[in-house]
Amino acid sequence: MLTLSRWKIIVVTLSVIFGLVFTLPNILPQRTLDALPGWVPKQKLNLGLDLQGGSYLLMEVDTAALRRERLTNLVEDVRTSLRGEQIAFGDLREAGGVISVRITDAAKVDEAANLLRQSVGSPLVGAIGGRDVSVATRDNQQLEISFVPEAAKADAAMAVEQSIETIRRRIDSLGTKEPTITRQGLDRIVIQAAGESDPEKLKAVIGKTAKLTFQMVDESVTPEDMAAGRIPPGSEMLPSEDGYVPAYVVRKRAVVSGDELTDSRQTFDSQSGNPVVSFNFNGQGARKFGDATARNIGKKFAIVLDAKIISAPVINGAITGGSGIITGNFTPESASELALLLRSGALPAPLNVEEQRTVGAELGADAVKAGAISTLVAFITIVVFMLLSYGLLFGGISVIALVINCTMIVAAMSITQATLTLPGIAGLILTLAVAVDANVLIYERMRDEARAGRSAIMAADAGFSRAMSTIIDANVTTLVAAGIMFAFGAGPVRGFAWTLSIGVFTSVFTAVLVSQLLIGWWFRAARPKKLPI
Amino acid sequence: MSAPMAWPLIKLLPQKTNFTFVKFARLMALISAVLVVASLIGVFKPGLNLGIDFKGGSVMEVSTAPRAVDLAKVRSTLEAQGLGDVQVQAFGAVDRALVRFQTPAGGDAGVTLTNAKNALRQSLGDPVQFINPSAVGPKVSGELFRSGIIALALAIGLMFLYIWFRFEPQFGLGAVAGLLHDLILTFGFIVLFKIEFSLNTVAALLTVIGYSMNDTVVVFDRLRENLRKYKKMPLGEVIDLSINETLSRTIITGVTAIMALAGLAVFGGEALFGFSVVMIFGIAVGTYSSIYVGAPIILLWGVKRGDEEATPIKLGAASRP
Repeated sequence: MLTLSRWKIIVVTLSVIFGLVFTLPNILPQRTLDALPGWVPKQKLNLGLDLQGGSYLLMEVDTAALRRERLTNLVEDVRTSLRGEQIAFGDLREAGGVISVRITDAAKVDEAANLLRQSVGSPLVGAIGGRDVSVATRDNQQLEISFVPEAAKADAAMAVEQSIETIRRRIDSLGTKEPTITRQGLDRIVIQAAGESDPEKLKAVIGKTAKLTFQMVDESVTPEDMAAGRIPPGSEMLPSEDGYVPAYVVRKRAVVSGDELTDSRQTFDSQSGNPVVSFNFNGQGARKFGDATARNIGKKFAIVLDAKIISAPVINGAITGGSGIITGNFTPESASELALLLRSGALPAPLNVEEQRTVGAELGADAVKAGAISTLVAFITIVVFMLLSYGLLFGGISVIALVINCTMIVAAMSITQATLTLPGIAGLILTLAVAVDANVLIYERMRDEARAGRSAIMAADAGFSRAMSTIIDANVTTLVAAGIMFAFGAGPVRGFAWTLSIGVFTSVFTAVLVSQLLIGWWFRAARPKKLPI
Repeated sequence: MSAPMAWPLIKLLPQKTNFTFVKFARLMALISAVLVVASLIGVFKPGLNLGIDFKGGSVMEVSTAPRAVDLAKVRSTLEAQGLGDVQVQAFGAVDRALVRFQTPAGGDAGVTLTNAKNALRQSLGDPVQFINPSAVGPKVSGELFRSGIIALALAIGLMFLYIWFRFEPQFGLGAVAGLLHDLILTFGFIVLFKIEFSLNTVAALLTVIGYSMNDTVVVFDRLRENLRKYKKMPLGEVIDLSINETLSRTIITGVTAIMALAGLAVFGGEALFGFSVVMIFGIAVGTYSSIYVGAPIILLWGVKRGDEEATPIKLGAASRP
């Protein structure tokens, strides 16, 4: 075991160099680092939010709201489709996620079912008929329309993807430094903004759905009807923002929606001088808006944001240019916020904050300092203890192994860009403590063998070979624990597990190979009769 | 190059110990059993002090420096917001308070926190600062709790399987008994000192499991070896011998680990204190259990000393009888 085979020397030398080279960027000042040529590794330890300061938000797409909205739209789609083909129907309603409708003419039931199969819902890969709704015929000329089970999943996945894009656009325009926005599980989004100690600002822009629609006001409804709650099907009563205008009854079907905006800015109204939001439609939106305004001159349309009416101006003439302004009870700030939200698009569904954590930058710096001090203290204690236990030579060898171990951990963490967290530092300290365990096992074994009367070289050799299986058993168990922590842990626990796993590998490597090599060299040089431990 | 002199600690730790551990096994088993039962009771009543990771809700520090915090006003403001389980306690200096509250059922954790902050800002007046505000919704906290428990159970299960395959079933049982003992006692410790049970605590517990296993494996490894070596020796004596032989390693590794963690407990600050104290306790218990729980259980169960695996080992003159 103590033979110095060439591959061992090469492996150890390479890994020591590797450790040093990749640890270096963490020690050198940024200025020196910038001056170095491009091929030099420059990746530093990736500090977690708890060490750097920053905000963490875990948001969940409100899939229930998404479902409700899709159902409402589906009811309206059924109504328009049947009306469009002049199929008489009655009793259209939704209950428990199933829409039912009674077709008046028994002869037209099949026709209606076929029509709906082709016209409502949206395409879905792998579903019957390729759409995400199923239409079933029941007794009494009833049709039942419902979403297929896969639809909810597909909707959620799509909504999360769309939300991530929207959030990214919104945060980008805020100028927050490099946030990471990632998807988690089926319907969750994680936003991490390092250095941002006030998540309220983030939440203010992220949290708004910003769903803008232009809907016609249903002027057939009198104030008395409204008070009595007599709202015709296909219309709905919406509250107005801050009581600026009274509640209105509007048509559920939107004339145009915010999806068709290409741009929006905060400007001032040329007549009143009030802050307003100006917008431009894309081609399709401009056409729809132009048609609707041309047909409804003299009537009112409502500008609806997140189910609240901002304002309800009277249409004075056809608006065909594809641009317009939104007036309302705005301040310059709120107008520019609305403009930003409209520019970056609506969220497909509301987002709920499920988890929110903040660490101040100052506290992060304190944590780094505390972590560094405790690591140093741990290191010194271990060094002193090992030197006292095993003497300058063997103790010294394990200390050298420990130092190499440290650089290798830092190097591995820097390359993999694994996040170092506060518990991760604890993992590092524990690794240092347990790293010497392999050395202790080897040395104790050597002592045993020496006591049993073996020659120095035999004892040293047996120390390594016979401690091996124990070392492997002992470290595999730690690795199992770390693996489980990584699989089930969240955030900081994962960081801890990652540091621990890297530490297991590097410590076994250094304790076994590096110290073996060093002891082998010493044996060659000193040719001892007796082991000095 | 002459051989260096013997070093102080080597003398301090006797080279060869002959403690008769097994003799005290009954007494220790009794003590362990009492502590395990007490810890188990403690886990149910008064129960774990769950942090917001697992219970849900919000926590933050409120600072009105240089003025002292009006704790009563903070409490009444939060209660007026309709928040349940409001806890307000002085924290360090008089100008700081630690505030916790639950998110109302069906509420949005983030919105609740924002509203609470706004209300406090109004009632306390300037200057007021909110340090490290965090909120965890009930859904997430439930999931975290479940996955924490699953992680602990899975860790024990996998360790058991590993030992079973590497050693023999009896060893596996002994090791798992030791693990459970350490885990339960550590839970008892957490309850006794009202240490907050959070994600970090679960990480500490998993580490304790890993360490305790590590320690047990080293003793078992030697035990297995000695069982093959000394076929005629009574089981109790083989166990004693194996523990004695590995004792210096057990102590050295345990002491270095505890010293390193003690540094962390002292210098790691508030955030890591609980975490490191739990680990220190766990390592101490883990060391104890590998001597007094794992091995004695093997004594109780007996072990198959298979002849089929026997390979005669030539021993040197100075070897043990």
